[in-house]
Amino acid sequence: MVGARHRLTISSIDPDPRATAISSAAAQLGVEIGHVEVSDIVFALGALSDEHLAALESLLVEPLLQTSTWETPGPEARHAIEITLLPGVTDAGATTLLTAAERLHVPLDGAATGRRIIFAAGTDPELAEEVVRRVVANPIIERWGPAPVEPPTLDDTARTTTAVTVPMRGLSATELGALGELRSLALDPEELLAVQAHFEAEGRDPTDVELETIAQTWSEHCAHKTFRAALTTDDGIDRPPMLVALRDCTDTIAAPFVRSAFVGNAGIVSYRDGITVALKAETHNHPSAVEPFGGANTGVGGVIRDVLGAAHRPVAVTDVLCFGPPDISLADVPDGSLHPRRIREGVIDGVADYGNKIGLPTVAGAILYDPGFTTNPLVFAGCIGVAAERDPHDGPGVGDRVVVLGGRTGRDGIRGATFSSLTMDATTGTVAGASVQIGDPITEKLLIDVLVGAEHLYSAITDCGAGGLSSAVGEMAEGVGADVELDLVPLKYAGLEPWEIWLSEAQERMVVAVPTGSLAELQARCDAAGVEMSDIGHFTGDQRLVVRSSGRTVLDLRTDFLHDGRPQRQMTAEMPTPSRTATGRTVDDPRAVLLALLAHRNIASKAGTIHRYDHEIGGATLVRPLVGVEGDAPADGVLLAAPLEAQGLAIGIGVNPWYGLHDPEAMARAVVDEAIRNVVAVGADPDRVSLLDNFSWGDPRRPSTLGELVAAVDGCCAGAAAHAAPFVSGKDSLNNEYTGSDGRRHAVPPTLVITAVAHHPDVERRITPVLRRPGNVLVLLGATAEEFAGSHLDLVLGEPDHPGIVPQSDPTAPVRYRRLHRVMMGGLVEACHDVSEGGLAVALAEMCIAGRLGVRVEVLPHPDLAVALFAESTGRFLLEVAPGDLPLLEDVLDDAIVVLGEVTDEPILSIAGLAPIDVSELVDAFTSHGAHP
Amino acid sequence: MSAVPAIVVTGPGTNRDPDAVLALELAGAAPQVVTAAELIARPELLTSSRLALVAGGFSYGDSLGAGRMLALDLELGLGDALRDFVARGRPLIGICNGFQVLTRTGLLPGALGHNLDGRFDCRWVELDPVPDSRCVWTHGLDQAVHCPIAHGEGRYVHPDPGALAAAGQIALRYRGPNPNGSVDHVAGVCDASGRVLGLMPHPENHVVARQHPRHDRGVDPVAHLGLHLFRNGVLAAGET
Repeated sequence: MVGARHRLTISSIDPDPRATAISSAAAQLGVEIGHVEVSDIVFALGALSDEHLAALESLLVEPLLQTSTWETPGPEARHAIEITLLPGVTDAGATTLLTAAERLHVPLDGAATGRRIIFAAGTDPELAEEVVRRVVANPIIERWGPAPVEPPTLDDTARTTTAVTVPMRGLSATELGALGELRSLALDPEELLAVQAHFEAEGRDPTDVELETIAQTWSEHCAHKTFRAALTTDDGIDRPPMLVALRDCTDTIAAPFVRSAFVGNAGIVSYRDGITVALKAETHNHPSAVEPFGGANTGVGGVIRDVLGAAHRPVAVTDVLCFGPPDISLADVPDGSLHPRRIREGVIDGVADYGNKIGLPTVAGAILYDPGFTTNPLVFAGCIGVAAERDPHDGPGVGDRVVVLGGRTGRDGIRGATFSSLTMDATTGTVAGASVQIGDPITEKLLIDVLVGAEHLYSAITDCGAGGLSSAVGEMAEGVGADVELDLVPLKYAGLEPWEIWLSEAQERMVVAVPTGSLAELQARCDAAGVEMSDIGHFTGDQRLVVRSSGRTVLDLRTDFLHDGRPQRQMTAEMPTPSRTATGRTVDDPRAVLLALLAHRNIASKAGTIHRYDHEIGGATLVRPLVGVEGDAPADGVLLAAPLEAQGLAIGIGVNPWYGLHDPEAMARAVVDEAIRNVVAVGADPDRVSLLDNFSWGDPRRPSTLGELVAAVDGCCAGAAAHAAPFVSGKDSLNNEYTGSDGRRHAVPPTLVITAVAHHPDVERRITPVLRRPGNVLVLLGATAEEFAGSHLDLVLGEPDHPGIVPQSDPTAPVRYRRLHRVMMGGLVEACHDVSEGGLAVALAEMCIAGRLGVRVEVLPHPDLAVALFAESTGRFLLEVAPGDLPLLEDVLDDAIVVLGEVTDEPILSIAGLAPIDVSELVDAFTSHGAHP
Repeated sequence: MSAVPAIVVTGPGTNRDPDAVLALELAGAAPQVVTAAELIARPELLTSSRLALVAGGFSYGDSLGAGRMLALDLELGLGDALRDFVARGRPLIGICNGFQVLTRTGLLPGALGHNLDGRFDCRWVELDPVPDSRCVWTHGLDQAVHCPIAHGEGRYVHPDPGALAAAGQIALRYRGPNPNGSVDHVAGVCDASGRVLGLMPHPENHVVARQHPRHDRGVDPVAHLGLHLFRNGVLAAGET
């Protein structure tokens, strides 16, 4: 019995919803497989008696819900495929079972979990395999085969675990290039030469640890070398680096509430007396393309750690997701890519899993669809945190300990930073496996428990993200120096090479610099929360980064070389020349077009996703992402305020890649305006708005792509300056391109996500788009013009040859928003909705849906019906106002307002020139994609 | 009357404990958050409390099944102490993950399976208190309780729901659509004494009127508060 392998197969008594999900997912891809069953498998290794097995079974099986057997299912008429994790991939169930076995005094030596998929009798085994491959398992983290399969075992004891020297001196430029390719360093030729020159001066060759560390530190992902590059435009004008432009813009605005911008892990602004807010948004695009669940999951985990790394307590999560069309045929998905439906399912599950489990409300976001995102889905995750105002941490101090907190280190996410800096190709899915991280939200929850309230125990803090310890310790050691011992880093399993330990992107780890006198108190906090803490070295003061392993020095670099030794990129930008001539549109059947717009996936209800996110935890979500008497209409900004707080935080999102395709500069101005409109619409103070920028772009080494990026940065700065709303943090994800097996290049549309976070002075004065009272008047604020390029009208009707101009920014908007805020705080506005995608018609329809009331529109804001209803001109709001308040409103606003008509009891949207539309018909169109749009 | 001493029990991954603390405070208790490990090391924390709440979240990440590991901790670590607590008439409530834990410890009947559609679901629901229930937590409530659900494994199963109803142990039922496929629309059940309540929805997220999504749209801002449950629990604790 010694070392025997036991296997428990557990099946649900009632139909298992996972089985239905497999059948319907297969059907959506055009594969009919009929009835499927799913069981769970638990492998238990050890000399276990019947009593031991019974104890495990009683833990694992709930007899009211499940049946189980220790017999290995024999061959049967029905074809079964079993799936387990690949060796080395974190198996949470197995880890938990080992813990449980210890408590139960069951001598369990090892454990693993798996799934068993049973197909209907007569199913073609090849078809079954295809279904498993397409909709069930992922080869990046799993393996499968006809039942029964064996549990995964990891035997890496034979692997070399020493650092090796990489001969580099004397190599020709071509040979250097080949070395870079071989090791996937993703460094430019000039950068490789700089590395070579450094080691020639040192009189030695680098170790693999040093080379990998430099590649990570200098990667686009970590160094933002495009945003730091010296730029020349195609007309010969030299420009400051884009990062400098954004920082200068923030400096010029000089907003009094900014505490920290563009330094550290997140931007920090003052919220109210004694309280600050940290905000950050990140992208996790490449990992989500190959392993959607894990990629999105760890994207959320990473941005939460950014806020934690700014010494703030995370309070809310946001997400913006971009997918390919879910109805694309399987044949049209390029080799090596997952189907958009699969990506969407995995990404949304991944966001939900992390946010729900860590216990943060996922509150704001957007989901966009475009063929340009088919192979490059975009996943933007944001996080907001709060903290008591304190002096910033100014460490690390010389002699402080280098302390790692949280999860153990494994081979997960090796080379993530360089991976995300390379363009993907058809083999990415097969070679990138080790670049995918697996999330563990519970460990991160415990990290929050340890770190919130421990701010006095450390002198510096950062999260372990891209580049792992190499990046975290490397950044902290800048200008100070550190000496660390890799043998002290706790590992998930043996057999890691030194560079793998140093670069692993294993999740849920934070690095803190701890004065020796505070170690004991921090250790006690960790013990209470059940978090592992490892003291792996100290900050030295000699400005060298030194890493040791098994008694050898495997890395010894000057920190100034590591951080400043990279030659600045010189880049040429070919600036876009967007159309400046407006063109109109002819709409034959505006009623049908309105319904088509409401049913367009970008505009249609996202309820199926929103309800999968816990947006209620904390009890602080006062204006939810869905509002209205039936809770099914979209809000503009969301509003958070702790249950007994009088003030709040509003969050708004602006994003529109379709404008970006036509005019990146105007797009940036428009989405800055949209994000700000969203928070102003809910009643936030336009004088207290902070912004985040997140760019997802194609390869910037193509001058035209870079030119579009430069133009977008110009637009960001112009928009921020106009509104006096400073950027406090940002992130760029470049190289979002894919070379298909057809050899053609696929790039994402230029996608800029602007997140606005604003102070709300009085949450009792919060405003939503929910129509309130029949007889009230409906007022349009702002000007409507013939601006259709990139509009959703064009997405619905098709784009004409001369699309004209995208919506331009309105220079009078900032003043208008401030006046609007005054009338809102004065209680004059009963409902408010931002006018954006789909124009006035869609905004009217959404207000009707929200209030389940009608609107009779008798006056239109433009003589041309198509312009009036469907142009997406910026700077506009729809307001519901009591008729008696209209004169005062007009007086305060002192602006071009159009009284459109009135709210009606009868639930009909009636617009002059259109046949009336019943609100139920609007609802049907808006929800036409069902529960899971 | 001085505040009723109460404990909020957590495991690694419990995350609605702050919400539960606020609810208990507003209901007149003095709650203290205690991890299962602390409770096992210091059982006097339980004996000195007059009310206990097992909070919602994802203890142990729901690995191996919702609530199973935390239930194992409490069973092995506390042994009969939790049963004694109940036997002395002290009210105990398990919310969401806490409900799942209490069914696994056998303090509450039935079990909780995956939602019928297999998905985590977060939305506001309306709960009808069962008038003839023996549950002290819902005693005297004549209006529906409005609050959100936020769970993936909330489908209540019981081999004999009729007997459960006859024994007055069904405390709350979902009004309107059944959000998760629970048998007989059961949202909350109590034990035979009526002092132990388990429920999947989160009354701790409706303790002030403004939390209700429609509190300014014709919904009586006070009648439907989840806070009433906690007030009842604290009242019952005060009688022990």
